Amino acid sequence: MKEISCKLLVIGAGPGGYVCAIRAGQLGIDTAIVEAGKLGGTCLNVGCIPSKAIIHAAEEYESVARFAAAKNPFGITAGAPSLDFRQTLEWKDGIVSRLNSGVAGLLKKAKVKTVPGWATFRDGKTVAVETETGTQLIRAETVVIATGSAPVELPFLKFGDTVISSTDALALDEVPARLAVVGGGYIGLELGIAFAKLGSKVTVVEALPRILASYDAELTRPVAKRLGELGIVAMTGAKAKGLSAKGDALLVEDSAGNDHKIPADKVLVTVGRRPVTEGWGLEEIDLTMAGPFIHIDDQCRTSMRGVYAIGDVTGEPMLAHRAMAQGEMVAEIVAGHKRAWDKRCIPAICFTDPEVVSVGQSPDEAKSTNPEIKVGLFPFQANGRAMTKADEDGFIRVVARADNHVVLGVQAVGKGVSELSTAFGLAIEMGARLEDVAGTIHAHPTQGEGFQEAALKALGHALHI
Amino acid sequence: MGEYVIKLPDVGEGVAEAELVEWHVKVGDLVREDTVLAAVMTDKATVEIPSPSDGEVIWLGAEVGDRVPIGSPVVRLKIAGEGNVTESEEPRPAAGKAEPEATPERTKAASKPVGIPTTRAIAAPAAVPRPEGEKPIASPAVRQRAREAGIDLRQVSGSGPAGRITHEDIDVFLTRAPQTARAGLVRKTLVEDIKIAGLRRRIAEKMSLSKSRIPHITYVEEVDVTTLEELRGSLNKDKRTDRPRLTLLPFLMRAMVKAIDEQPQLNAIFDDEAGTVHQHGAVHIGIATQTRNGLMVPVVKHAEARDLWDCAAEVNRLAEAAREGTAMREELFGSTITITSLGAMGGVATTPVINHPEVAIIGVNKMMIRPLWDGTNFVPRKVMNLSSSFDHRVIDGWDAAVFVQRIKALLETPALIFVDG
Repeated sequence: MKEISCKLLVIGAGPGGYVCAIRAGQLGIDTAIVEAGKLGGTCLNVGCIPSKAIIHAAEEYESVARFAAAKNPFGITAGAPSLDFRQTLEWKDGIVSRLNSGVAGLLKKAKVKTVPGWATFRDGKTVAVETETGTQLIRAETVVIATGSAPVELPFLKFGDTVISSTDALALDEVPARLAVVGGGYIGLELGIAFAKLGSKVTVVEALPRILASYDAELTRPVAKRLGELGIVAMTGAKAKGLSAKGDALLVEDSAGNDHKIPADKVLVTVGRRPVTEGWGLEEIDLTMAGPFIHIDDQCRTSMRGVYAIGDVTGEPMLAHRAMAQGEMVAEIVAGHKRAWDKRCIPAICFTDPEVVSVGQSPDEAKSTNPEIKVGLFPFQANGRAMTKADEDGFIRVVARADNHVVLGVQAVGKGVSELSTAFGLAIEMGARLEDVAGTIHAHPTQGEGFQEAALKALGHALHI
Repeated sequence: MGEYVIKLPDVGEGVAEAELVEWHVKVGDLVREDTVLAAVMTDKATVEIPSPSDGEVIWLGAEVGDRVPIGSPVVRLKIAGEGNVTESEEPRPAAGKAEPEATPERTKAASKPVGIPTTRAIAAPAAVPRPEGEKPIASPAVRQRAREAGIDLRQVSGSGPAGRITHEDIDVFLTRAPQTARAGLVRKTLVEDIKIAGLRRRIAEKMSLSKSRIPHITYVEEVDVTTLEELRGSLNKDKRTDRPRLTLLPFLMRAMVKAIDEQPQLNAIFDDEAGTVHQHGAVHIGIATQTRNGLMVPVVKHAEARDLWDCAAEVNRLAEAAREGTAMREELFGSTITITSLGAMGGVATTPVINHPEVAIIGVNKMMIRPLWDGTNFVPRKVMNLSSSFDHRVIDGWDAAVFVQRIKALLETPALIFVDG
């Protein structure tokens, strides 16, 4: 058995793990990273990146389809579009592999040793990696667990040919004619909307009373409206029961208790993700857990000295950018810098149509921790740029404390608002007051002006409404 | 009740500004008329500013070291009578309640071309006191800088809007800290984290291993070394130039070799996992040595085969190598019993920690002249204690005592060390 030792060992090369390793390498720490799959983890291979590629292709296809149907105000007509979905997938796979090698290059540049294989803890300082060439033992002073998460499977809808996970949905060789989506969270809706635009007949089954239930109703209403326009049926308060005997339909019980049979070529199950806490020897090191997740403190330290955990395996929100920030912080802590988790917000985005952004506290969350709040909402109907894009659905909403006007949260829904998340996040991290946002010149004509106007509105003197 | 603003008086010499060199009061102090509030320095002289009235200090308008324009407010007092704050300067309740003084003072400051005591001083009264338990507001860069400087942001007052802590507030906090320290006794809350690494870490691991695994028994005995010291003195006086100066150590080493002849179980390695004591024929004596980086234990191999001079030379060579950091790996391993000595710092008694996995360690305490009763008189004798620890799992107290008594007998009658059999 071969044996190497290093100062820092990262298990899992997803966005948390590889960022941690790169930063550690930059800081001169002798670092190794183990990955059983491809570099980049869920995010790069079967998550954020490929789904955004499919979503973009679907958008392009759908706008040409609208032109063909002359359903546009611009006077454009076009011939009916056709789709070579294999080519779409090839393009998507090309992006993924470019990014795979990009990560490999960055790790190499940072002098990080990459060990391909499956890692299993022997004890808190020793990991055995099953590689193609045999078992490799790695001894490390510090270990970072970044094993990520995986789609949750329902016992009555086991993944297979018909029932698929989000990972499978990104690798279908053709657009399913009929797609049933179980779970109306952001992953199900992003993919459901994309396939609807590509021509699928989509039905979304959600057990809770409304879609995107983790966001407030006001924020998600424009999305619910668009589902109807796209011909997507959203069954809320409904329970998926299983596949029909023939396997060509999803059995659903609606909120009134009536049974439905929804014909489906594919059933996409997106009911959440679970932390990957099995198969790598967690039982050998017996860490304190926080529910299904590994318990960490504000420096991502686990209950065992010298063992850190970052990313999805440590809890919600399971987002790549949270993992990256944790990874960077842990590398700096290992290098002896004084760091602790002191972020004010972790932005969340749904790449639905329209897009939804939430940064910081929603009005309801803010109310629960602050005696008085101010809310300013600016609709895109009053925004010139939104008009010129022929998409006026949505708004930007600012939540602030009433006493000192410090911005607590910003939410937006609308076409392309995902890019505004950076401005929202910066405002909250900087401790901006409404006056700071209102006093910053926002370039005209942009949708971002809505942020300034929302702040002005909260202050009681919006200009354009 | 009124508010009284004290402005920096014209200190003469036609100067436009003066440097604040000392505060005699702080916010919250009660002052009497003519109490000195502050000292300012112009190019030529230091001038004290007296209080014009009885009252309570509620605001200080500058930091020590600031250059303050003549006529700008430096202190605010709360006084019993009517203040001198006129209607126009009074904060209007409706406008800018977070920054009551911002408007009038900024105008004033702007008219002075030089030496504005910075907006920091002006902004100070605008700082909103943070309610207990509320998170301080600060940008990520300020948060990181504070963390690196060991500053708890909850202790820093923010001068920015809504009490936001700025980089300038950190500057002020950092320059203030030593000042308050000079003023008297202060609580220190900083905790510095020092990484235990390298040799220190190995020592830490070794010590915890020894103390957690081995039940120690420590035995302290007094040894009269007067005769030994005479012998040592004469040997050193007449020594050959190629021979080292003798310390007590080589005598002790030879005495230990002799005692081990009779009690070989003291010169052993206890493998407690295997349940085996490896009793060694060779006497490899570890010499605990203080180095710049910490404790090291170079080993004199085969002390049983070395004479007094050889032991002395080897101890000197190894101690030197350990201190220089040139000791070879094998010179630092393999001891079967250990001597620890703090020399002049040796104290009266110590509780030596056994050099795991050995079973005995002999500690040498400081030699001193003590009065001993010789039967008729108290006589001054050179006396030294030996504090020795044993692994009580494999060495009984009786055997430990016999071992130390044997060494004592050998040292008190040193001729016995050199007698064979």
